Amino acid sequence: MTAPKTLYDKIWDAHVITEDDDGTSLLYIDRHLVHEVTSPQAFEGLRDAGRKVHAPDKTIAVPDHNVPTTLDRAGGIISNEESRIQLEALDKNARDFGVHYYPVDDVRQGIVHIVGPEQGWTLPGMTVVCGDSHTATHGAFGALAHGIGTSEVEHVLATQTLIQQKSKNMKVEITGKLRPGVTAKDVTLAVIGATGTAGGTGYVIEYCGQVIRDMSMEGRMTVCNMAIEGGARAGLIAPDETTFEYVKGRPHAPKGAEWEMALEWWKTLFTDDDAHFDKVLVLKGEDIAPVVTWGTSPEDVLPITASVPAPEDFEGGKVDAAARSLEYMGLTAGTKLTDIPINTVFIGSCTNGRIEDLRAVAEIVKGKKVADGVRALIVPGSGLVRAQAEEEGLGEIFTEAGFEWRLAGCSMCLAMNDDQLAPGDRSASTSNRNFEGRQGKGGRTHLVSPVMAAAAAITGHLTDVREML
Amino acid sequence: MEKFEKITGVAAPMPLINIDTDMIIPKLFLKTIKRSGLGVHLFDEMRYNDDGSEKPDFVLNQPAYRNAEIIVAGDNFGCGSSREHAPWAIKDFGVKCVISTSFADIFFNNCFKNGILPIVLPQEQVDLLMKDAEKGANARMTVDLEAQEITTSDGEVVKFDVDAFKKQCLLEGLDDIGLTLKKADSIASYETMSASARPWV
Ligand code: SF4
Repeated sequence: MTAPKTLYDKIWDAHVITEDDDGTSLLYIDRHLVHEVTSPQAFEGLRDAGRKVHAPDKTIAVPDHNVPTTLDRAGGIISNEESRIQLEALDKNARDFGVHYYPVDDVRQGIVHIVGPEQGWTLPGMTVVCGDSHTATHGAFGALAHGIGTSEVEHVLATQTLIQQKSKNMKVEITGKLRPGVTAKDVTLAVIGATGTAGGTGYVIEYCGQVIRDMSMEGRMTVCNMAIEGGARAGLIAPDETTFEYVKGRPHAPKGAEWEMALEWWKTLFTDDDAHFDKVLVLKGEDIAPVVTWGTSPEDVLPITASVPAPEDFEGGKVDAAARSLEYMGLTAGTKLTDIPINTVFIGSCTNGRIEDLRAVAEIVKGKKVADGVRALIVPGSGLVRAQAEEEGLGEIFTEAGFEWRLAGCSMCLAMNDDQLAPGDRSASTSNRNFEGRQGKGGRTHLVSPVMAAAAAITGHLTDVREML
Repeated sequence: MEKFEKITGVAAPMPLINIDTDMIIPKLFLKTIKRSGLGVHLFDEMRYNDDGSEKPDFVLNQPAYRNAEIIVAGDNFGCGSSREHAPWAIKDFGVKCVISTSFADIFFNNCFKNGILPIVLPQEQVDLLMKDAEKGANARMTVDLEAQEITTSDGEVVKFDVDAFKKQCLLEGLDDIGLTLKKADSIASYETMSASARPWV
């Protein structure tokens, strides 16, 4: 009998090409996603060395970070010269090297981590990489997915492989059920709050438990998306009927006999009983409240009912870090989180830019108005998400409530485009990073779930969404 | 890739924990399509005022540390994004070695691909090196990769671990792609096997 394996072990083993004595392995990569920011130097490297893309059929390129999301972008208006150069570089590279490509004017364009699953490129049991840390998102399908640097992008382009050391196994189990108003975003933030941003370093996390089983694919993607914020190399969720249902019929999912063959294998992708985990965290679903971040690290998580902490509440290096965070965030210890006014709301990103997120937001804001003085953006994760939302009448609800209803892209998640916070602006954001300057120099970010962001947009301050249900 | 053998230089102390990639190189500078020229923007927001003038308090603006080749940093250095612009900026500035108790995974890997040596040490030893770094420009530290040893300005020796394969690549300045292409046959037979076992991939 072979030793019991974790889901991670199984996917890893299925992709090892060669392994050296010290464990350094050459891993085969099934899908390589490419965007405009981390790829130009890699393609340049290929050209310089006279190399080709090894498997253009397994390589998918889509621009997202720099693209404007305003409705007039169809006219090709890209105000920033450097952004334009980067987008043009991707366009040229994608065409020259013959990879699958969704240009800005294609309705399927969107954030790379939303487009991959939507088009059926991401499938259970695959290895998926992208020059982007939030590649972890694809782990929701039971795919081993992680971010890589540009040198590795070049390596994958040239060889369709990656040189890797295996990580350790960590299990994060969320038992029971979530209470009303609590979402996948709160779960993933609560986990980071519990482990810290370095708690997952060196590990691949498998999320499991009843709460995860009950979650939609959208929710699971939200959870895995932020595995990287906990320091993990990747997040994983074992595929099940929910996964197969989502994948079936997608443009690049297998069909007919191949579908049956795939399904047979996918059903073996789970962690065996008694498999070994090097680290385990268990949280009760019932204990998780809607959460919000107060500082400049995703681990700075508190339930919305709490107050801003003081540096003295922490230990070690965190005391100074907290003091610095509070100063940057312009917050005073002891202030109730619900008393913090915001002037910007950003709903979107690869964490929360999917159709289910938008539906949840529409439920909260329907028939209401965005508070005076608040600028509120809703940016769908892809052109298809936008089209679906339009079809369901969500777009109208958003515009009537006073939201700016945009085209697909990363937008204010990282402010490489025109959507940015100004110094001192304070935002409730559904994105994944609250680092200093992340959403614009001097901008202050509070990470929240889509419904919490919607609630803040209506009241003009951080709000416990449960009061609006 | 440039070889890394042994360096002797000034170490800059940066005790702040969780120094993230947005601090190392703000996204503003990710729009380049080149690898070089990012050094002037390293730690941009900590290093410069809005008008472009230098913040005199920031460590790399202090005369003693302007030519630092080593950084001794707080826990979890390089967390955040996968942007290789972070190690490119560090390298372009002239830093070839970063020492901390822990590094974010992707950043750690990216360093090796760019001839930078990230060294993980226990807290106590990082504290010791931090103290040494605080002494300024006359306190030069030596990092010897071959021997896996750091020697402080007082002659104290700290041993460190490094992955054997990564060490070899740094010492010889080896290009990963070239190495992997030598295994083209193994890759091809994997692809043949996989095409029949998992034809939908
Ligand atoms: S939405 Fe944000 S986190 Fe996601 S890929 Fe874009 S910039 Fe990165």
